[in-house]
Amino acid sequence: MRSNVTEYDLIAPATLPAALAALAENPGRYTPIAGGTELMVALSAGRLAQRQLLSLHKLRELRFIDVLPDSITIGAGTTFTDLRKHPVIASDFALLARAGSWLGSIANQNRATIGGNIVNASPAADSPPALLVYEAQVTLVSNRGARTIPYDQFHLSYKKTVLEPGELLFSISLPRRFGAYRSYIRKVGTRNAQAISKIALAGLALISEGKIADIRLGAASLREVPTRCIATEQALLNQTLSPESLPALIASARAALANEVRPIDDIRSTARYRAAVAANLLEEFLRGL
Amino acid sequence: MTSITLTINGERRTVNVPPMKRLLDVLREDLHLTGAKEGCGEGECGSCSVLISRDGGPAELTNSCLVPVLQAEGAQITTIEGLAPADAAKLHPIQQCFLEHGGAQCGICTPGMVLATHHLLAKYPHPTLPQIQEGLAGNLCRCTGYMRIFEAVEAAAGASKAGKPGP
Amino acid sequence: MTTPGPIVGSSPIRKEGLAKVTGRAQYVDDIALPGMWHGATVRSTIARGRITSIAFDPSIPWDEFCIVTAADIPGENTIIHLTKDHPCLAAEHINHPAEPVLLLAHPDKHALHAALAAVRITYEEQPGVFTIEDSEAGAGGDAAKVIWQGDDPKHHSPNTFKTFLMQSGDDPAEHDAALAAAFASADFIVEGEYRTGAQEQLYIENNGVIAEAFRAADGTLESVTVSGSMQCPYYLVHALTLVFGLPAEKCRVIQTETGGAFGGKEDFPSVIGSHAALLAMKCGHPVKITYDRAEDLIATTKRHPSRTRHRTAVSREGKLLAGEIEVVIDGGAYSTLSPVVLSRATIHAPGPYHWPHVTVRARAMATNVAPHGAFRGFGAPQSLFALERHMDKIAKAVGLTPEELRRRNLLGTGMKTATGQLLSDPVDMQGMLTRALTESNYHARRAEFDRMNPASPIKRGIGFATFMHGSGFTGSGERRLNSLVKIELTRDGRPRILVSSTEFGQGTNTILAQVCAQTLRIPYEDVLVAQPDTKIVPNSGPTVASRTAMIVGKLVERASQSLLTLLAPYLTFPDPTADFDYSTACEVPPNYTPADFTRAALSYLKQHGALVAEARYESPGNIFWDDDKYKGEAYPTYAWAVYVAEVAVDTRTYSATVTEFHALQEVGKVIHPVLAKGQIEGGVAQGIGYALYEKCVYVDGLMRNNQMTNYIMPTSADIPPIFVHFDEVPSIHGPSGAKGIGELPMDGPAPAILNAIEHATGISFTEIPLLPEDIFERMTNPGVAHSSRSDEWGTTRGSDGLNATDRDTPSEVTA
Repeated sequence: MRSNVTEYDLIAPATLPAALAALAENPGRYTPIAGGTELMVALSAGRLAQRQLLSLHKLRELRFIDVLPDSITIGAGTTFTDLRKHPVIASDFALLARAGSWLGSIANQNRATIGGNIVNASPAADSPPALLVYEAQVTLVSNRGARTIPYDQFHLSYKKTVLEPGELLFSISLPRRFGAYRSYIRKVGTRNAQAISKIALAGLALISEGKIADIRLGAASLREVPTRCIATEQALLNQTLSPESLPALIASARAALANEVRPIDDIRSTARYRAAVAANLLEEFLRGL
Repeated sequence: MTSITLTINGERRTVNVPPMKRLLDVLREDLHLTGAKEGCGEGECGSCSVLISRDGGPAELTNSCLVPVLQAEGAQITTIEGLAPADAAKLHPIQQCFLEHGGAQCGICTPGMVLATHHLLAKYPHPTLPQIQEGLAGNLCRCTGYMRIFEAVEAAAGASKAGKPGP
Repeated sequence: MTTPGPIVGSSPIRKEGLAKVTGRAQYVDDIALPGMWHGATVRSTIARGRITSIAFDPSIPWDEFCIVTAADIPGENTIIHLTKDHPCLAAEHINHPAEPVLLLAHPDKHALHAALAAVRITYEEQPGVFTIEDSEAGAGGDAAKVIWQGDDPKHHSPNTFKTFLMQSGDDPAEHDAALAAAFASADFIVEGEYRTGAQEQLYIENNGVIAEAFRAADGTLESVTVSGSMQCPYYLVHALTLVFGLPAEKCRVIQTETGGAFGGKEDFPSVIGSHAALLAMKCGHPVKITYDRAEDLIATTKRHPSRTRHRTAVSREGKLLAGEIEVVIDGGAYSTLSPVVLSRATIHAPGPYHWPHVTVRARAMATNVAPHGAFRGFGAPQSLFALERHMDKIAKAVGLTPEELRRRNLLGTGMKTATGQLLSDPVDMQGMLTRALTESNYHARRAEFDRMNPASPIKRGIGFATFMHGSGFTGSGERRLNSLVKIELTRDGRPRILVSSTEFGQGTNTILAQVCAQTLRIPYEDVLVAQPDTKIVPNSGPTVASRTAMIVGKLVERASQSLLTLLAPYLTFPDPTADFDYSTACEVPPNYTPADFTRAALSYLKQHGALVAEARYESPGNIFWDDDKYKGEAYPTYAWAVYVAEVAVDTRTYSATVTEFHALQEVGKVIHPVLAKGQIEGGVAQGIGYALYEKCVYVDGLMRNNQMTNYIMPTSADIPPIFVHFDEVPSIHGPSGAKGIGELPMDGPAPAILNAIEHATGISFTEIPLLPEDIFERMTNPGVAHSSRSDEWGTTRGSDGLNATDRDTPSEVTA
């Protein structure tokens, strides 16, 4: 049954400094809420534990996409609709645009923000696999200042992140240097739309003189956090791509992947299925190189 | 309680409600606009769809069950009641096409489906079938199997092409 | 009397369509009554056991709340369906998770959340029985697994709500001998076991009602009124009469606009309606109860899970010689409608084929899950899934194509069904099969897929199912219902149809108005349909069983005819004239205009004050059903169909997708082509969900994926193009020749899809829902059966008489 809304409070500071000040004043008191596509579900279901919330929804400082010659910076308050509409994201970061198109429905994309998708820290979230392979950096802000870290260090464990009390995700930066890479992304969900992923895999690879000169793999729902598949990347790096070498290469990559993933059984799928399909997607990526 | 002013169907309205109250509940309980329905309470079924725009920006399809009303302060909101005046002779072409093509059966998803179509046709005046399928995928219909709805949407797109008042 | 005109067969705008597209239609949660309180249900947190204590946490100001327990029930603590085993509120024993124990009401809806959590119930818990097999163990003598006894041990084994034995032939002993002989001489004996899962109706409007109770001056309860989302107002009247000990005329029920039902609002409104009325009685205010989705999913009915076993004797030529079919359904904790669901499952189990000898044994078993109930198809989708999968298995065993095997066994005009019913109406399943396979380009596609599949990671396949669905109540049901329809004239001379048949999307209002308008020869727009309110509408029966168009439609046609007869003198001379004695009976004039009709109606009303014409069900003389022997005319008539599904199975993700669907059916005269197509397409979409997406995940009897995010119904991006084709063979039983249509499209998709998947993958799947995880397990471990259960019955034969010896048979297919 729905929560009693009279027991909840929501404030909406008009500016980012005001929001950071409110968060700093009493660390841990407020839970930030942006598009509401996660927290409002909990409210409707009667299980929203946080009673005091702080709305980021109208903070213009968080909703931007800055394009520089060698990078793009996306404000955490950017919606998935904003992302999908942006020409540079479509051209340089197609995997992110594609992942954005899978998130919920059009109505959800109109509200959900990339920051919320990251901070909510679901292992099944749609944007992280693409962000991981694009080597995203995330900038965190608080009243004390800002810090920038690689996104692959952001998630600590299930639903735990490096964000400290009073700290907000401010932006996500992606280097514009993957034009020559071949790319792959596929989500396997419970249905074609409005689906939570059972497993998703994003891949980028640079092929040079018949060899895999660089490769990165990002996955959802294979560990307790969105994850780069480092060991599998290592198994593939500098390997020769040829019709003769491919079967052995695929076999070793599948074995490496099986070794580094820790999928689980849950209400949506099984660990065995997730591991097997992840390996199949990896193989599909490699066969397409 | 917080005093919140919104523009609903062109009319400024002020309500005094808890700030976390869902926009859906404010529409239904405080403003007695019951065209938006609750099917799931988790942004999955789209029955509570409304169109929201801010500062003259484009109207965005939104699940009103996921919006704390404070976040809608100052926004312009269109509900199904605002799409066409309460006069049968002046139905919106989308509504007319849903009627003629059997796009409404039990009717509970229909207000949301009509607004999702409105949003879709604003983006793609002549949508392809995949665009229609994507545009309506957040609005679940258990009755029709969607075929009559697709036909209604195509007819509505055709109606606007033919120079009739478009969406 | 009247000749078919342009109204029946055309597609006018649905009667309540304008209100629906403008958002003005009033569903129950859109309605608030003055002084109304809100109700909520305290539910059990265990599946089975005994309540030992109920405590109320003192943090809640309980004096503000109305609290109802079983002790407050003025009449009987039962929700009546067919028996009285189902309590309105659990008084002592708990038999399923989320069972209603007590009810709360408060003026402020927000206050209920904390109060629900503050009612502390302790239990003495007992182990639950959650599977058909465990329930059978109880029935077979394992006392620890006996969870239901019934009120009549003579007629019920433990845990067994109902059993049916249906046998061909007139003499049981002769039949048994003939059956055994057929098996002994068969060229092939083919066995198979098939399972179907629970399925949620997932109407988008959850269950909800508003109740009021009225007291006489001395304080005694005088009457109750319940308004709400429902299919069958008179079912709720019946339930209320027992719970309150009131006569039927003191229990008024009003259907509000209903946002989808599909059977899910057939039996359940009796529960929620009784609950709200109890709260209203006790607190003295109107009380609304509307479930949210999570509660609706854990507490309300679903389609019965099933297990069907086939053992079939077949000749080298592919003729069915004899069959033994065992159908078992999981009824959940209480009997509710399980006996009648089982009945339809039993009668449809042999399908549209000629069986020289067939025995169907069926039973409905008790488990500790919320009672399963009505859902479109009502048992037939379960047993037809099994049969149509099994027919493909037989074809493979015999070495025939699925088409050819069916052609050699399909029923046709003049043949008899398994219940001995002579098919006197024209039945052309051979022609329909030809047409369906042509429309779907079946043979070319099949060949193309066979050619392309080996080199592709996407395996494509095409498959079909041939089936039928009985229109109307089973057996003597319609005779017992004794339905009544009235048509009255309003003060402005317009006909208004008075029926308890409800509109919940299928088009009841529209098609009945079409039938009335056509019969009266007036415009469709002139006909009104009354809101179903038991104070004013007669009992035209429940809105279930594909009976509304055919049975109620026929009654509307007949009532319209009698209205015309009454009006005939006035139609002859519509303008009052002193030269004519209007009491003279006369023929309805061959030509009159709508304006003539109105003038005649007004003249009649002026003279007589009111006009109400009526028609009551009359069983066609040649229909006879023997409930004891389970023989005779099981249904007045059948709708017939051939559905063809095309699928793609991705061997990288193990997901199966339906890529194209053709639905050909013969449903008699199509009253409203647009609505009829919508019925078929919607049913096919639900069938696709049943086959490939919709799984109720139970843990200890409780549905754990009770959210729309996790119970996966198809979106607009999951449904393939659905092509609907009709053959129209008018039937004498329905208005202008219409037959039933509503449930039929639920029966065919699942087996057609799994047959197509077998074509695509070479794997014979036997259980639905078939999720990618299931396909994965079979594709990657050929030895592993679906859900770790044996999918072939050969090694786990039961002890229920189906294990006739087959030692001498030359070939047995159990692989």
